[in-house]
Amino acid sequence: MLRDAFLLGLGYNAALVAIGAALLGIAAGVTGTFLFLRKRALVSDAISHATLPGVGLAFIAMVMLGGDGRNLVGLMVGSALSAWVGLLCVSWLTQKTRLAEDAAIGAVLSVFFGFGIVLLTAIQTMSSGRQAGLEGFLLGSTAGMLWADALIIAIGGAAVLALVLLLRRPMSLVAFDPEYAASTGMNVSRMDLSMMGLVMAVTVVGLKVVGLILIVALLIIPPVTARFWSNRTDHVVLLAGALGGFSGYAGAAISASAPALPTGPIIVLVSFCLFLVSLFVAPNRGVLAAVLRHLRFQREVHLRQGLLALAQGQPIYEKLTIRLLKRAGLARADGVATENGRARAAKALLDEKRWEIVRSDPLQEAAAAQYDGLTDISLVLTQDQIKDVDARLIQPRMVPS
Amino acid sequence: MQLELAATDGQITPHAETGDSPLAIRGLTVSYGQKPAVFSVDMTVFAGSMTAIIGPNGAGKSTLLKAALGIIKPLSGRVTVFGQPVEDQRHRIAYVPQRASVDWDFPTRVLDVVMMGLYRELGLLGRVRAKHRAAALECLERVGMVEFAERQIGQLSGGQQQRVFLARALAQDADLYLLDEPFAGVDAATEKAIISVLHTLKSQGKTVVAVHHDLSTVRDYFDRVFLINTNRVAEGTVESTFITENLQSAYGGRLAVAQMDKLSGITG
Repeated sequence: MLRDAFLLGLGYNAALVAIGAALLGIAAGVTGTFLFLRKRALVSDAISHATLPGVGLAFIAMVMLGGDGRNLVGLMVGSALSAWVGLLCVSWLTQKTRLAEDAAIGAVLSVFFGFGIVLLTAIQTMSSGRQAGLEGFLLGSTAGMLWADALIIAIGGAAVLALVLLLRRPMSLVAFDPEYAASTGMNVSRMDLSMMGLVMAVTVVGLKVVGLILIVALLIIPPVTARFWSNRTDHVVLLAGALGGFSGYAGAAISASAPALPTGPIIVLVSFCLFLVSLFVAPNRGVLAAVLRHLRFQREVHLRQGLLALAQGQPIYEKLTIRLLKRAGLARADGVATENGRARAAKALLDEKRWEIVRSDPLQEAAAAQYDGLTDISLVLTQDQIKDVDARLIQPRMVPS
Repeated sequence: MQLELAATDGQITPHAETGDSPLAIRGLTVSYGQKPAVFSVDMTVFAGSMTAIIGPNGAGKSTLLKAALGIIKPLSGRVTVFGQPVEDQRHRIAYVPQRASVDWDFPTRVLDVVMMGLYRELGLLGRVRAKHRAAALECLERVGMVEFAERQIGQLSGGQQQRVFLARALAQDADLYLLDEPFAGVDAATEKAIISVLHTLKSQGKTVVAVHHDLSTVRDYFDRVFLINTNRVAEGTVESTFITENLQSAYGGRLAVAQMDKLSGITG
């Protein structure tokens, strides 16, 4: 069943939803990356909640004009307008008042959402006998997705991607260094607003599939996941697009494979699984890598301290130190140095004394800055430099007191 | 011209003519809330000079620079760059912001940061070609960072970060370089590298203006100084202007008299 779902073998509607969700995931991942890099991820939450009153008002307007209140294009236009108003409220509150952005987001989000719920409730009583189905926009509802709906998602997603491609340089510049961007003549707040506009477009396009509450997950989780794997802006953008696209596709396929699995939430959960895996296994930035790095560092420190203690004939109290020395063949279980251990210990002590000379020399500031108690001095200084240091190491003793 | 100057708080400056000065500021006031950080300041930067903007903490040094560039919107005042409005001369200005103003964990490499200096040339969709890459690498070479080109910026030391920022400004190939505290918290090697790059720029006829905090190096590094403490205190050559009297009025009691005498090279 699941295999059929992944191969689009579960019928027309399921295939349509899977493709639509994949396109949405790509657009959301790519666009969301710039929002994430600009550290404004939560603004998307305000934008998405602010779509709700627009949905309600558009429905009412379309019914009053004698049309079909459920026309998707009409609802999308309405939601875009009210999201835009919400977005302007957030930026106005942030720029013109002393409210911080998080407070502005909280205020706009809840007020717009509340107003939207009031409208939706009113609509339900108003058009009695006629199911508006607007609450589907809260969490997405893909059951009755039409070819036209999928087409709208595809066109909307493609348009967003084209604009992101066009604005990728200014958007990354503003995200990294807004002051510098302004110095080159760029209008930073207009660029921010453009970026938010793109996020809004993704949100509106995604209303049908994942709904306004969960679209935030598709905007934020893929970029955060991608960041684990790359240190380059362009790679993070592409990877976030790929991860978002996969989550959309796989989520839709899984939800189609069994009854009573809601599409939007499953997409979000798939995306979260990818995040979880990355969090643990990603090289460098992953949790596992960090733990291993720490353990390796701890071992190095213990070995070094142990060697210095051996060289100076001090007792070693730490069990871990003795165990590490023993395992490296440098000491016996009772803490007495082996032949090899004595040689290494003498070398460690010599290096430490060399470092002392280097660090007390103001002319060798750059080299001294690399001292961390572990770095081999021969990696920092040339053979000749070490000879000079050694000469000074011996000198004081040769001067008769 | 006379009328305009009279309007700027009645302060007639010795350099009444802005002419083609690389950076001329008249009557600039910048305010955060109700408290002016910079009040009615005039400044005239000489072409081909190296000017240090000095003053105590919170005197408005960085603010002056940012307002001149339009990064902060001033309350009043006029700024011209090479005799023209700033907007028309952006391509001739390169700005080096304070190192601490950005997040160094940003996913980007050293070379990509320098490449940002070429964005104007590249445009929105222009492809990065071999010549752009070569230009960026050359700028890294000039600050002694070419071997770090592929590194993630988060792996750099403070001094290295500062050099990358300078390389980005070099990539812009500007005529006026504005630097905000380029020597703050950098190692001695970096300081040397930066000052040598700046002196080379000067010898090529470029103009350099830097917010500077280390009074002991002003004489060695710069030929002109601009002293500010919310208002302009003094402006001129290092010899004539970097003197006890001016430092006293800029810093007030914050510098001991003995310290000032030593700095300004006047004894007795």
